[in-house]
Amino acid sequence: MTTVAPVALRRQVEVMIDGQAVTTWQGATILEACRDVGIEVPTLCYLETLAPVNVCRVCVVELEGSRALVPACSRPVAAGMVVHTGSERVRTSRRMVLELLASSVDLSTAGGDVHRWIDEYGARPDRHGEAAPPSARDRAHAGHHEPLEGGLVATVAQPVKRDNDQYVRDYAKCILCYKCVEACGEEAQHTFAIAVAGRGFDARISTEMDVALPESACVYCGNCIGVCPTGALMFVSEHELRARGEWDESRQEVTSTICPYCGVGCTLELHVQDNRIVKVTSPLDHDVTSGNLCVKGRFGFEFAQGDR
Amino acid sequence: MDLRTTDAPPSTTERLAVDSVLGPPESGWFGGERTPLDGHFALGGVSRAASRRHLLLPTLHALQEQVGWISLPALAYLCQRMDLPPADAFGVASAYALFRFESGSPVVVHVCDDVACRAACGGDPTDELAARFGPAGTGTSVTWQRSPCLGHCEHGSAALVQKAGAGGGRTSVAPFVTGDMDRLVASGPDLDLGELPAPLALVPQRGAQGLRLLRRVGRVDPASLDAYRAAGGYEALRRAIELGPAGVIAELKDAKLLGRGGAAFPTGDKWEAVARQPVRPHYFVANADESEPGTFKDRVLLDHDPYALVEALTIAGLATGAHMGYVYVRGEYPVAARRLEHAAGQARIRGLLGEDIMGCGLRFDLEVRRGAGAYIAGEETALCNSIEGRRPEPRNKPPYPVERGLFGKPTGVNNIETLLSVLEVLTLGGAAYARVGTPGSTGTRLFCLSGRVARPGLYEVEMGTSLGTLLDLGGGVAEGRPLRAVLLGGAAGSFVGPKDLDLPLSFEGARAAGASLGSGVVVVLDDTGDVTAVVARVARFFRDESCGQCVPCRVGTQRQEEVLGRLVAARPFGTLDDELALLADLDAVMRDASICGLGQTASSLVSSALQRGLLGGAHGTKGGQGG
Amino acid sequence: MFGAGGGTSSYKEIEETDLIILWGSNAREAHPIFFHHLLKGLRRGAKMVVVDPRRTSSARWADVWLGIEVGSDIALAHAVGREIIRAGLVDTEFVGRATTGFDDYAASVEPFTLAEGERLTGVPAWAIADLAHSYARAGRAQLCWTLGITEHHTATDNVLALCNLALLTGHVGRYGSGLVPLRGQNNVQGGGDMGALPNKFPGFQDVEDDAIRARFDARWGATVPPQRGWHLAQMFDAMTRGDLRALYVLGENPAQSEADNHRAVRLLEGLDHLVVQDLFLTKTAQLADVVLPAAVTAFESEGTVTSSERRVQRLRPALRPPDGVRSDIEILCDLAGRLGHDWGHPSAEEVWDECRSLSPMHAGMRYDRLEALGGIQWPCPDEEHPGTQFLHGRLWEEDPEKRGPPAPFSLVHFEPPLDELSEEFPMRLTTGRRLDSFNTGVQSGGYASPLRRPETLDLSPEDMASLGVAEGDAVRVTSRRGSITAPVHLDRSLRPGLAFMTLHFPDQADTNALTLDTWDPQSGTAEFKATAVRVERLPETVGAHLVTEPAKVG
Repeated sequence: MTTVAPVALRRQVEVMIDGQAVTTWQGATILEACRDVGIEVPTLCYLETLAPVNVCRVCVVELEGSRALVPACSRPVAAGMVVHTGSERVRTSRRMVLELLASSVDLSTAGGDVHRWIDEYGARPDRHGEAAPPSARDRAHAGHHEPLEGGLVATVAQPVKRDNDQYVRDYAKCILCYKCVEACGEEAQHTFAIAVAGRGFDARISTEMDVALPESACVYCGNCIGVCPTGALMFVSEHELRARGEWDESRQEVTSTICPYCGVGCTLELHVQDNRIVKVTSPLDHDVTSGNLCVKGRFGFEFAQGDR
Repeated sequence: MDLRTTDAPPSTTERLAVDSVLGPPESGWFGGERTPLDGHFALGGVSRAASRRHLLLPTLHALQEQVGWISLPALAYLCQRMDLPPADAFGVASAYALFRFESGSPVVVHVCDDVACRAACGGDPTDELAARFGPAGTGTSVTWQRSPCLGHCEHGSAALVQKAGAGGGRTSVAPFVTGDMDRLVASGPDLDLGELPAPLALVPQRGAQGLRLLRRVGRVDPASLDAYRAAGGYEALRRAIELGPAGVIAELKDAKLLGRGGAAFPTGDKWEAVARQPVRPHYFVANADESEPGTFKDRVLLDHDPYALVEALTIAGLATGAHMGYVYVRGEYPVAARRLEHAAGQARIRGLLGEDIMGCGLRFDLEVRRGAGAYIAGEETALCNSIEGRRPEPRNKPPYPVERGLFGKPTGVNNIETLLSVLEVLTLGGAAYARVGTPGSTGTRLFCLSGRVARPGLYEVEMGTSLGTLLDLGGGVAEGRPLRAVLLGGAAGSFVGPKDLDLPLSFEGARAAGASLGSGVVVVLDDTGDVTAVVARVARFFRDESCGQCVPCRVGTQRQEEVLGRLVAARPFGTLDDELALLADLDAVMRDASICGLGQTASSLVSSALQRGLLGGAHGTKGGQGG
Repeated sequence: MFGAGGGTSSYKEIEETDLIILWGSNAREAHPIFFHHLLKGLRRGAKMVVVDPRRTSSARWADVWLGIEVGSDIALAHAVGREIIRAGLVDTEFVGRATTGFDDYAASVEPFTLAEGERLTGVPAWAIADLAHSYARAGRAQLCWTLGITEHHTATDNVLALCNLALLTGHVGRYGSGLVPLRGQNNVQGGGDMGALPNKFPGFQDVEDDAIRARFDARWGATVPPQRGWHLAQMFDAMTRGDLRALYVLGENPAQSEADNHRAVRLLEGLDHLVVQDLFLTKTAQLADVVLPAAVTAFESEGTVTSSERRVQRLRPALRPPDGVRSDIEILCDLAGRLGHDWGHPSAEEVWDECRSLSPMHAGMRYDRLEALGGIQWPCPDEEHPGTQFLHGRLWEEDPEKRGPPAPFSLVHFEPPLDELSEEFPMRLTTGRRLDSFNTGVQSGGYASPLRRPETLDLSPEDMASLGVAEGDAVRVTSRRGSITAPVHLDRSLRPGLAFMTLHFPDQADTNALTLDTWDPQSGTAEFKATAVRVERLPETVGAHLVTEPAKVG
């Protein structure tokens, strides 16, 4: 029986990265070429399963012949490219990107890499001044703002949005990486319940006119949570355990199994702490789900909890 | 698309506003009455929705104009009609300054408080308004708002009056004085926009010998196609038809014409790149989203010589193989949009647009699209997104628009002045055109002279003319006061001083002086001019106009404004050196790591002012690094 | 189909096809992650036609939605087939080489002109012709269906009518072209694979084939009865006759999930002995003589399941079951011991290895390979084999030897739903799923879904107006078998005369009290999708508090 689809042949190209000749595939990005040879390039808005939006700019590298730095996550390699990932210009921009984010966003639940990078690049978020109190960011009108008084500096601090039983949105932790919008939209779910609204420093993730999720198109697939890099989007279970100080990843085990609902066969990764499921994810690298689930797979595990 | 949104129905006015753009609903599934056929059959799908999305911005305009704001039920109806997710549509709408999402005063007066008007009045032009009529946003039937540059800088003051409901629309008032506001408040919601006088263009050289781009402005009736033809109109197109696409491109290359939008890219190369793309269709876009503070040249050309753009765009279509063109006119230019629509209509009637132009088989038509208050939409890829009905965010480049532009197809994008210069190239011949100006910067160039100058207005001079000569043409500094500085190029430009009057106004001359001609902005500040206030206003401008996509620009413009605020107030966080170091770091990350030109130049004026020691509170011996 | 009990294609193929037909499938809600793959196909430019009585959330993504009358699928398929033949769009080379029975098929569909198709299905004749032409002309086409095709008394014939179209156009056995039945539950496919069918051993091997049976007899050291057994519907008939007196139910809730469930409960109550093995004390378990508490298969035990693309994947225990609760394998082996057969205490892997030794299509699926490859698609005949992306590629082989037996066209007859509309029962009730719920709610009732709303009778705006009811008003719904009350809900995806309910909330609104249990003779599936009902408005005071909150079920 014939079994496989035709695979297009890919050409190889050679580029220089940090003085090292690197051979990679035509169409690969600079980021992929760097990872192939073990050069760490920090990323925030990049995810393997999403088309690069190259907005966070923490992955910028110096490309000879290019006036500005270029985003490694989306720039394809071309034969003969000469790339520097550790030059002073690169380090300054990365330091400042991290510093600008850390000075305006609560990164307390962002992954460990972020904090390591902040240290390694020497970002100093505290040098920008005293943070202003939380504000009603959803009411900002494009093109109009009143500068803050008294030397305070703006942040994205705002109240947590909790309008349903399954997940919370804490946009004080949002770095506007667009991943949730992409996952909710064209890159996976196609529900388009959220989008980037407003502009400039007032840009934010929003439903139409900030209606609560139950009034929006949201179908609670949680694919936005699956891609959020900072914990701005979180299971209620995790949010509550963290609030009680009981969230402990060292006591969690992750087990892969298959969803007990429909016949598609989605792989679930069950995060279990104290014999309770506290979070459900799906592997990004599995062809069936690419990390995505539906509401039943993501949240429909309660029937198996407790003593039944 | 499986949309889900509010069930609340739109009002009749809202429904009519949406239908005025989209036409009556096609079926019961898209907002119409349900018929028996609807029970057994429906069209829909991704490509149907995609083919309608470009009507989003025009439909939002219709709601804003006819209703005065965009309500949730109106948005939901629009989305049902277009098969577009409401959150997505809101994301787009909320990126523009001219749309409102709460009901309010039916009349909104947007008053310019930007650099040119500031320089002209020597302070904040809205201070008096605020004192007389209360802070921005107050007032029941008439309210006022601060606005970035409205493109009437030669008058020294300007307002855009926006009225909702019957007889609604927008019109410009320039100059705009407190007395005008009195009259607007007096008429309240009964205001008749038609009664407000259309602003004039100040072209002090009018009628002078040797004018090319400005030769018809103020002398030829902008409504009359016959008058345009009598004044030499459509000779260039006739010539282009004789030459054919390759011939036109060859002339442009011979002319060494460089783009006037700011990047100075060779026009012939750009057209050739589009023409060569195998993917079809091709598009051509005229970028009339003139929003660079201090710039008003496109407005003058469009208001007073609209047929010239129709002709030039037709030639661009011919040369690049595009059958469809778009003119993207900034939302603050209602007169320009109306006159251009009229001109295109007349040209269509006379067979100068459409299927068989001039009887020689050429097929080309154009549509006028209006912006809605977003400086960033002038960036060519953001402009493509805006026309497509997406958020006006710049795209990652490469690919450039010549390869993948509007609707993902090969697209030429040129500034208005560039396109009108093409007419001159074809009329004179490329080689003759190249003999005007300097070897590196051929032809003539328009400069927008404003601020504290005796005769502000739009000037056309040969490339390479010195800054001093241009100022002399304008009669020098107003009231004969000493010159403090000239803001050259725009908000993304730089300051030059009294010692720089020999600076040749050419691309290479400006570059050699570490400056840029930008969009031809020349704002004159006399010895009373407050450079710090101007710089702070520019910082605020970039903070307001950043699209918010990339971190360096989104947060960097916010932080830059904050530092300048502290410096103005002489309350640095830490030492002055700390603040200057921070500004230098912000300059570095924005310049090096931003996605587009807005972020990359958002700090250039600040750096320039620091370098020249023009910033009060930060008399920099250290200065910034940029430029 | 054509001898193998599984869908022919892989999810990946729908991303790279040219035409997608969803026929009786609301995959957007019932198979959301499959729909992600489908959406990728749409983004790449594939066109989609959805055939469904309702304009479902899936149909809203379609370029064309065809709203057929419930149960008229065969009429539509035949009209499409006839039009393909009439327009000369048959893939004659493929039909000539790889199929049999074309002439008889052509004759059988001859009466189904476009006009007749329109009369029987409600779909405009030109739209039927369009579907025929687009399917026949598509370079690649995927024809997918779910319970909208199979929950009818003509279930098997419905499927065969669709298979005929694929044979006619050669849309099978090629990458991107195939027939895709989407499985409703996580191991419906695996149940069939493992021989949980009355006539099959694991690997779809025929019980009534002496040579095959001999292999199993030898391996198991026991004699397997030489005749096929009963499927579910036949079991209930046997209970009616008194031929079936004892029943062992594993993980099913027939007291609520069966059509005409009042009859089902009656019959279960009448058994001599009923054993139920389940997670919960379901309605069925409440009737049982013995209840065996079982572990949650997907979360608390080890094993495999097979998906709709024939992918066998491993289950792993993540939770410790409550005290006294054991996995299905443990319970079954203990039970065997009590019945005098020592099966020992095999691990799930040992059980699986036994299966591999007997089922050639699973032979290469070692546990470690399932792990490494993220599951394997059957057939996988040996331990080097990567699994099979699509089936029936052999039909395209030039060499008759490799091509094997031709695929037969099937002659099927159109019969409208048995539960006829009449003056007394003028309205068609159909059933389906909602995104956040599942079957009778035993599993899905356990979590607080923000989408959940109580069971309702969904009606078109026109029917709501003519009944004089508003959102939430209570109505009585009566069929020839029973009567229930439910609040009404406005649903614009319905046309006048068509009503909709789910089966998710049997404790709130017992939809299966209305449905007809007449079953398809081959598959044993009942006609859940087509019930004739009468809807009457109740006095306001009665219904206001009938169903107020989403109850926990199970």
